[in-house]
Amino acid sequence: MNAATDSLPVMAVRRVGAVSLFFMQILARIGPALARPGLIVRQIYNAGARSLVIIMLSGMFVGMVLGLLGFDVFQRFGSEDYVGVLAALGNLKVLGPVLTALLFAGRAGTSLTSEIGLMKSTEQLTAMQMMAVDPVRYVVVPRFLGGFIAMPLLAATFTVIALYGAQLIGVQQMGVDAGAYWSQTQNAVDLHDVWEGVAKSVVFGVAVNLVAVYEGYHAEPTPEGVGLATTRTVVVSSVLVLLLNYLLTAAFLTTK
Amino acid sequence: MRYAVGGRAIFDGLDVTARRGRITAFMGPSGTGKTTLLRLITGQAYAERGSVRVFGTEVSSLSNKELFAMRRRMGMLFQNGALLTDLDVYENVAFPVRAHTDLPEPLVRQLVLTKLHAVGLRGAARLMPSELSGGMARRVALARAIVMDPDILIYDEPFVGLDPISMGVICRLIKQMNEALGITSIVVSHDVQELASIAHDSFLLSQGRVVASGTPEELHHSDIPEVRQFMGGLADGPVPFHFPAPDYRTELLDGDEGSR
Repeated sequence: MNAATDSLPVMAVRRVGAVSLFFMQILARIGPALARPGLIVRQIYNAGARSLVIIMLSGMFVGMVLGLLGFDVFQRFGSEDYVGVLAALGNLKVLGPVLTALLFAGRAGTSLTSEIGLMKSTEQLTAMQMMAVDPVRYVVVPRFLGGFIAMPLLAATFTVIALYGAQLIGVQQMGVDAGAYWSQTQNAVDLHDVWEGVAKSVVFGVAVNLVAVYEGYHAEPTPEGVGLATTRTVVVSSVLVLLLNYLLTAAFLTTK
Repeated sequence: MRYAVGGRAIFDGLDVTARRGRITAFMGPSGTGKTTLLRLITGQAYAERGSVRVFGTEVSSLSNKELFAMRRRMGMLFQNGALLTDLDVYENVAFPVRAHTDLPEPLVRQLVLTKLHAVGLRGAARLMPSELSGGMARRVALARAIVMDPDILIYDEPFVGLDPISMGVICRLIKQMNEALGITSIVVSHDVQELASIAHDSFLLSQGRVVASGTPEELHHSDIPEVRQFMGGLADGPVPFHFPAPDYRTELLDGDEGSR
């Protein structure tokens, strides 16, 4: 059981195991935690409402770039009308959920980790245990649920704003015909594509928030430990999101 | 009782008792495991050998549920207060009540205000923990510790880092809690003078065992060298001033070799 002498694969397996067990603990306490919706609502506000501005700004810029890129590529084939299709599919299926998850990890994930880590290092979690209160139920689960609920909503906001941004460049600035733009988009996008985006944002929501609360709860209770845990949250959840994105994209392609 | 971390024994052959309704003090130099002793009593750690009994039951034999039930009969005051930083003073004190009972709000309010009044901070109910001084934070933590009317109150270094006035206040409160509510109190500290004024029984711990026990008065007049060093605050004695090191002269004369 000596962590220092374990090889990398053993450490990785052990870590996955530990995170899974922690996830089980969280799942088992979701029921009781729902009895206090106030705690969860506050966390939705913390993770969701407070991330809204950067999500909207980023969505706008990403949509505008897609408008430019789409116009540049499609005009070479004389088919500028397809700008809307690229923007819509790109945003709904990939960019919306992935970029939202990455931004969310940086904005809300880090604050979850450092908040829980600091609560641990100032003995607040021990104090709860001493008051016979389960910190996983009172601290971890509301934060996990708050983030989990906020994530798909943020991804949807991101996507809608990005679509508007793409339209702004494609139609307003580059002069693509608005009717052609929207009708091509309408033809190309079906419900399956929307579901793909929703499913991804839900899965990413679980992944990013689970990593964030796990790292915070298991942080070394020192200033350095909390700092390291926060860094790990960003690194691990970002890589995880990109990996899951590939797997889910492949899975949705085969089920189409 | 024996407790070891990484093969190094913190306690070996430790045998202490805190009696019902009394204030028992555990004193000792830093690093003798006083806080560890509290962790053993509250079931945050388990003894390797021997037994730790609270309310007559063996702590290590309790299930998680029973352990939590036992802790509901205990209050603990942490070194830095350990207040929940995202709640204000009122909510901090109300926290255990809300977590364990379904009392209507007017009753919760009454309970919380009574306890806050007892520590003299009823007026600070709506302040956040970050707005409190160290002494106030500890008083709030004390109000929170007694809000469920515990049978045992545990104080972990209650005097550390406080100014003389706050120290006096905490001292008086510990005494009051014990006298007015009959709470069995366990105080871990190295502030000899303060403890002497409130403790009924005291144990001096050093190197994992009890060096001396008795009333604070008896300890003051003890002939045991460890006790005299500690009670008198002498820099050198059985607890050496110097951390074990090679001979001073040899190390200096050896030049760089000594440090390699």
